[in-house]
Amino acid sequence: MPAIPPSLWRLARGAVVLPLAALLSGCDWVVLNPSGDIAQQQAHLVIVATALMLLIIVPVMVLTVAFAWRYRSSNTAATYAPEWHHSTKLELVIWSAPLMIIIALGSITWVTTHTLDPYRPLSRIDAARPLPAGTKPLEVQVVALDWKWLFIYPEQKIATVNDLVLPVDRPVQFRLTASSVMNSFYVPALAGQIYAMPGMETKLHAVLNRTGAFQGFSAQYSGAGFSKMRFVTRGVSADDFDAWAAGIRKGADALDRTAYLKLEQPSEKEPVRHFANVDPALFDAAVNLCVRPGKMCVNQMMAIDAEGGTGRAGQFNLAALTYDKFGREQVVPVLPGRQPSGAQLFVNANAYCAGKGPLKEAPPQQPASRTLSLAAPASSPVS
Amino acid sequence: MTPAEPHWSFLLGRLGPDAIPTEPIVLATFAVVALGGVALLAALTYFRLWGYLWKEWFTSVDHKKIGIMYMVLGLVMFLRGFADALMMRIQQAIAFNGSEGYLNAHHYDQIFTAHGVIMIFFVAMPFVTGLMNYVVPLQIGARDVSFPFLNNFSFWMTTSGAALVMASLFVGEFAQTGWLAYPPLSGLAYSPNVGVDYYIWSLQIAGVGTTLSGINLIATIVKMRAPGMTMMRMPVFTWTSLCTNVLIVASFPVLTAVLVLLSLDRYVGTNFFTNDFGGSPMMYVNLIWIWGHPEVYILILPIFGVFSEITSTFSGKRLFGYSSMVYATVVITILSYLVWLHHFFTMGSGASVNSFFGITTMVISIPTGAKMFNWLFTMYRARIRFDLPMMWTMAFMLTFVIGGMTGVMLAVPPADFVLHNSLFLIAHFHNVIIGGVVFGVFAAINYWWPKAFGFRLEPFWGKVSFWCWVVGFWMAFTPLYVMGLMGVTRRMRVFDDPSLQIWFQIAAAGAFLIALGIVAMLIQYTVSILRRDELRDETGDPWNARTLEWSTSSPPPAYNFAFTPIVHDLDAWEDMKRAGVARPVEGFRPIHMPKNTGAGVILAGISAVCGFALIWHIWWLAVASFGALLITAIAHTFNYRRDFHIPAETVAETEATRTRQLAALEGAAA
Repeated sequence: MPAIPPSLWRLARGAVVLPLAALLSGCDWVVLNPSGDIAQQQAHLVIVATALMLLIIVPVMVLTVAFAWRYRSSNTAATYAPEWHHSTKLELVIWSAPLMIIIALGSITWVTTHTLDPYRPLSRIDAARPLPAGTKPLEVQVVALDWKWLFIYPEQKIATVNDLVLPVDRPVQFRLTASSVMNSFYVPALAGQIYAMPGMETKLHAVLNRTGAFQGFSAQYSGAGFSKMRFVTRGVSADDFDAWAAGIRKGADALDRTAYLKLEQPSEKEPVRHFANVDPALFDAAVNLCVRPGKMCVNQMMAIDAEGGTGRAGQFNLAALTYDKFGREQVVPVLPGRQPSGAQLFVNANAYCAGKGPLKEAPPQQPASRTLSLAAPASSPVS
Repeated sequence: MTPAEPHWSFLLGRLGPDAIPTEPIVLATFAVVALGGVALLAALTYFRLWGYLWKEWFTSVDHKKIGIMYMVLGLVMFLRGFADALMMRIQQAIAFNGSEGYLNAHHYDQIFTAHGVIMIFFVAMPFVTGLMNYVVPLQIGARDVSFPFLNNFSFWMTTSGAALVMASLFVGEFAQTGWLAYPPLSGLAYSPNVGVDYYIWSLQIAGVGTTLSGINLIATIVKMRAPGMTMMRMPVFTWTSLCTNVLIVASFPVLTAVLVLLSLDRYVGTNFFTNDFGGSPMMYVNLIWIWGHPEVYILILPIFGVFSEITSTFSGKRLFGYSSMVYATVVITILSYLVWLHHFFTMGSGASVNSFFGITTMVISIPTGAKMFNWLFTMYRARIRFDLPMMWTMAFMLTFVIGGMTGVMLAVPPADFVLHNSLFLIAHFHNVIIGGVVFGVFAAINYWWPKAFGFRLEPFWGKVSFWCWVVGFWMAFTPLYVMGLMGVTRRMRVFDDPSLQIWFQIAAAGAFLIALGIVAMLIQYTVSILRRDELRDETGDPWNARTLEWSTSSPPPAYNFAFTPIVHDLDAWEDMKRAGVARPVEGFRPIHMPKNTGAGVILAGISAVCGFALIWHIWWLAVASFGALLITAIAHTFNYRRDFHIPAETVAETEATRTRQLAALEGAAA
């Protein structure tokens, strides 16, 4: 090993330590200093991964600078070995050193990916407090609309637009979907993000440990109004939460299907709104793209298909199933006869159906994949 | 936004007067580009250069000229892509405190989409393909690629794709979807206009070129190596090129297929990726990343090869751990197919699936790390000359490791949940793409320029450019890392939080520093061309390099090598120099060469017309041009005048000139 000048050491140390110190001391760096236990563990993981990587990055950078300086062509005092190009021992080191670090990081990854799986119900309130047995998480249903967020609290029977209020230290189970395009639901202070996708439901479990107001937004570009698709997340005490919900319940605005269809239309910078009375089946209808009366729900269609479908008679369902194929759903309501399907022109579905009886009802069991956990037909709204 | 029956006419399809943008910024750009274009055309006509360009360049099947044309294409598109970047940086630096900035959503969203598409497909790809095209045949001692006409055709298809993207600036609009055009946003319901169609057809047309060029280079490397050059004696750049082209051939068809499916959704009403009737946008995201992840290795692998060549040459040493370098490259090639899901851990896959893809991603860092160490130990006990190529290599080594580190952080799924889509991610991939690919391309340009043109690049302006770039890069992207950790997300047009503004201003200043670096680079090229006589290199080997391309004259003759060299060792040219192999000076024979043809230009031109017609729903033109495409392609197969022989006397004359040149150099040295 060549001697490394002390000035170089200082430089290298400064280069590594300063950013790291800044990293750890920064307090507006919400990702590294969040207010929810899940986000806290994720932040910790960011730090651990960085530290593990620095174990190898720092020596490489130092050696790069050191070798470059030591073996510069003007330094004729340095050894020159033009034929030296192989060393089994060194090869072993340069393959195994990164391997060791990746084994360590890979193990951490395997464990934490499972413990911090957004689908996994929480087992603790924070590092010090395990979850008391029988705690029921607060359910919040989230619908990403163009370009605002709808939050439905089924337990409280209220809903809000762009206003997420959470009682601190109570686990929250988010169920998420979207009405038109992909979005990503992200409150950095609370927990990592998860996509909200149309026709699908994703889940997120999290808990907020501090009171205060935090930024929330869509982290997946979703069109023209994306930049302003932001909301404030407020952490309040359990009592304040109950009082807040009770206050909203006294309001007059109801969120039924008509109100939802109106709300769903594209708008930007939507102010906070509260709804007192919420259709309990609204979220499942939103997931299944069938809020509009007369629509057939996706899970019903899937149930029919799982039974083997209805053959050509299924053509009959096209109009009832079409959601946004011909344009934003709200702008162009689906009219019978607008389908471009060639088959439609040749099959008189009504005639074909005659004598075959009514369409089958959705069967009770539903093959729901984990990620696309579609609402169970039992709870599905049949309009 | 209204998908009501849009305007359509038989003759012009959707094309109407409203296709001309009205935004003043676009109009001003249009005016500048139009004036510049007219001036360029006028100059070409005035100096009677059309014939020269057509005969010597456009129709050329010489891999060297095609390689240079790829580099020119990459450079031109780079200026466009960088202009987009500057516009975004300015917008984000001023859109605070209620200000909407100077770009509306329609314009801004096109800019970030175009920036990504252009930088990846029409800057990085042409640069990398250009380098491989120029260098690989020379490095393996071949006279050209396996399929010279196909090479010309590939280049023009890429150019046609680029032309369509450029056309979208002035006729209609570009996609407002982000560079990968995820449905449902890119579907008919939410992007009813021509933007996404421009995206689809420019990538499809360019993709034909890329795929064919991949096939061509694989065949070239596998079949056309000089005698004695076994696989394990191939220069590292050739190895990385081989792996890259395998990746291209295996992954670009996936991109083609997924874009075909998206086109079917948009054009004929299928439901692959719609919300309706069981369509799955998630399938699109998977498919496009099955192409997209190998794509980033397509860009970086050849650049790893570039750095290997440069480190070894400027260290005056054989590359440390050649075989482990080769194995590392192959391992990366294979692993790059097993990591795509890390681009969307947040889609809600199960923990085991996420862990699998997270860990495979980390595993890639092992061979990459091994490469880094190999370069490092090549520098150990070396005599390092810090010319510009080596300076860029140093900048790469120190920059890229940070990008690698942040990449591994993003590979840990729970950490990715908090960093995904944030500016941290943006900083990460610019860190590896600029710190890796762009620095590598500049290193390569400085390294191989003397080979291509016979004179070196002027170092002063090169160093100005270098420092502007390196400092500018860190100034532009460190704030993005920081803001990512503050939870700031990507693709934002306006901001609420005034405390962020200072970070965006620093980033914008960094971008302007990079702009100075680009200006200095253009000055460097200009100054070098003007002072080419002082910078002349007649040796053909100005860096005392080690691989075969340096054994021939600079620029090499059309036939590259009068006699196919015979290879006895790795670093064949170094071996030849040491063994004192004498240059053959007699016994020349006629050399069989491929003949120039305009078919590539014509086919690609018709493809561009066909693409334009499909974008604007001008069905008659689409059918007519597709028919013309088929007929031209078939007609071309009946062209039997494909080759000619360079007579032995011409070869002898060229080689005699070279002999005199070398003798004069030796005389001057003695």
